[in-house]
Amino acid sequence: MQTTILYVGRDKEITIVMNRLLNARPEWKGICVCNDDEAILIFKTKEIDLILLGNGIDQNSEENLKKSFLEIKSTVKIIQHYGGGSGLLYGEIMTAMT
Amino acid sequence: MAQFILHKENTRGHANHGWLNAHHSFSFANYYNPERMHFGVLRVLNDDLIDGGMGFGSHPHDNMEIITIPLAGAIAHQDSMGNSAVIKSGEIQVMSAGTGVSHSEHNALEDKQLNLLQIWLFPNKKNVTPRYDQQTLDLEARHNNFQQILSPSADDAGVWIQQDAWFSLGKFDEGFETEYEIKKAGNGVYAFVISGEVTINGQLLSKRDGLGIWDTDRIGFQANSADAEVLLMDIPMEIN
Repeated sequence: MQTTILYVGRDKEITIVMNRLLNARPEWKGICVCNDDEAILIFKTKEIDLILLGNGIDQNSEENLKKSFLEIKSTVKIIQHYGGGSGLLYGEIMTAMT
Repeated sequence: MAQFILHKENTRGHANHGWLNAHHSFSFANYYNPERMHFGVLRVLNDDLIDGGMGFGSHPHDNMEIITIPLAGAIAHQDSMGNSAVIKSGEIQVMSAGTGVSHSEHNALEDKQLNLLQIWLFPNKKNVTPRYDQQTLDLEARHNNFQQILSPSADDAGVWIQQDAWFSLGKFDEGFETEYEIKKAGNGVYAFVISGEVTINGQLLSKRDGLGIWDTDRIGFQANSADAEVLLMDIPMEIN
């Protein structure tokens, strides 16, 4: 079964890398955006299993995003993605989804 | 009473990519072990062997304190902050990735293998301005002494990072005994044996073994061989 993952981060280059990494595995489908409104819109219209909050998101944005996501789907898993690259990604997603 | 967790050398994750032979003390890349996710804020401890001239192309990082300690050879570093440097054995490099930084790392020598430790700590503050530093260490100062090589303060010995962490390196004569006092209440220590054999808090450790200790304010140390070299990482046990 494929896990659909929404990544939200501010750095465009990191977002491109995350998109490549998340879609490199057949068991994951990644959607990666830099904009909060776009993230919420996608979350409203697609079935998302996991949200990764990435780089550069300040505390206000983080709180607003979490509140918005949980209001739409209270069971969604939201985790912080650290590192910006492949090193930690697999472990973070495995930990969240098992 | 002090608590501990022992990570023997042969229980580490292993990935051999030909040019890169990597051992992971904690889950990294395709090595996933839910029992080995982190020790306090210590998330990554990679022991990498990299062939001459080979390395990692440009790749991004964010919100991580990345410490590189070459054990043999030299690493060439370039990053998006404009830094370009070679870090040799006997030196230490630190990068606070903060809001985001890209860098490349290569073995600076064509004819010699590079062995390095790469260590990632969770920061105590997210989204800081990215920062780079490197320092040459006084190798004599670690003879029968835990030489501080990293701290949270720019005014203290060694490089500094965005975390309440202190790293020390020591090289000891056989039979040498000492104690290490933990720098901050609530911190634990992850000891990594670079070479030789040592005993820490009664645990016999060999080359590349790791021992995490917490719920104590000091640890007892004894060198059991002439070439005993140890890295101590004094780190918060709670992730911010």
